[in-house]
Amino acid sequence: MMKSRVLKTYISGFVLSLGLTLAAYFVVTSTAVPRSLVVWVIMIAAVFQFIVQTIFFLHLDEERRPRWNLAIFVSTLGIVLVVIVGSLWIMANLNYQHTSPADIIKDEGIQL
Amino acid sequence: MNKEMNHGAHDKVVFGFWVYLMTDLLSFAVLFATFAVLRHSTFGGPSLRDLLDLPFALKETLILLTSSFTAGLAMIAVHGKAKRWALIWFGVTFLLGVAFLTLELTEFSHLVHDGNSWQRSASLSAFFALVGTHGLHIAVGLLWMLISMIVIWYRGLTLFVTSKLVRLSLFWHFLDIVWIFIFTIVYLLSFT
Repeated sequence: MMKSRVLKTYISGFVLSLGLTLAAYFVVTSTAVPRSLVVWVIMIAAVFQFIVQTIFFLHLDEERRPRWNLAIFVSTLGIVLVVIVGSLWIMANLNYQHTSPADIIKDEGIQL
Repeated sequence: MNKEMNHGAHDKVVFGFWVYLMTDLLSFAVLFATFAVLRHSTFGGPSLRDLLDLPFALKETLILLTSSFTAGLAMIAVHGKAKRWALIWFGVTFLLGVAFLTLELTEFSHLVHDGNSWQRSASLSAFFALVGTHGLHIAVGLLWMLISMIVIWYRGLTLFVTSKLVRLSLFWHFLDIVWIFIFTIVYLLSFT
């Protein structure tokens, strides 16, 4: 009884992950999808697959209270976001500060 | 009573291992951030788009995804005390892991052979650091799995062995999750 239910979660996780992987691959390789949308579609597919695997493979949803595993998981994701978004932001800004003053004047639309 | 105490100890050990996985996730996050910042810094050399092979990466992804699934099947056998099936499914997972690692090393050796090693540009340094760290984890996981299979063979699925296998399967699923983001950010995003 319990065994078949666990088997079902693994099979649904596997099928959903396969679908999302192949979908992302075809979005990138086909020419039907507008280029501007592609980045968003594959990032959203990755996030969905991340959620699918944490639920169906890691079974994070079945944890009993107090949910320490979930708590540390969520705080780690917070730090991960700060590290990645923060790095990109700081480096892009640094890059911008190193461009020539003429570029900044043009980009910001400053009237001289 | 004794059984309950064992169960509590097992939960604590799994929690400790989970905390380790989260710190490992942080080290991957730093490597992802480095890659995201340096991905276009090719130092006049070829870009990742020119170097990477997308269908090849899809093959790697499908193999690793299937191995994560068979690791789950192995754990069902472990909890059902089916020693033979546990060995079979861990064996399949092991072979898929070896296939994945072989493909990855083939890709690396082609890149290095064509003069596009980590010394070529910042972009390639970041690529090798991120993908190589994941590959190193896979290699450690494979060694762990091989030892676990020997332990299952000799000692059977005792509570102690089962607790070790729970951690091994968490580790393996975790590596598959990290790979999703490598496939998306390193491979797919280079071809948009």
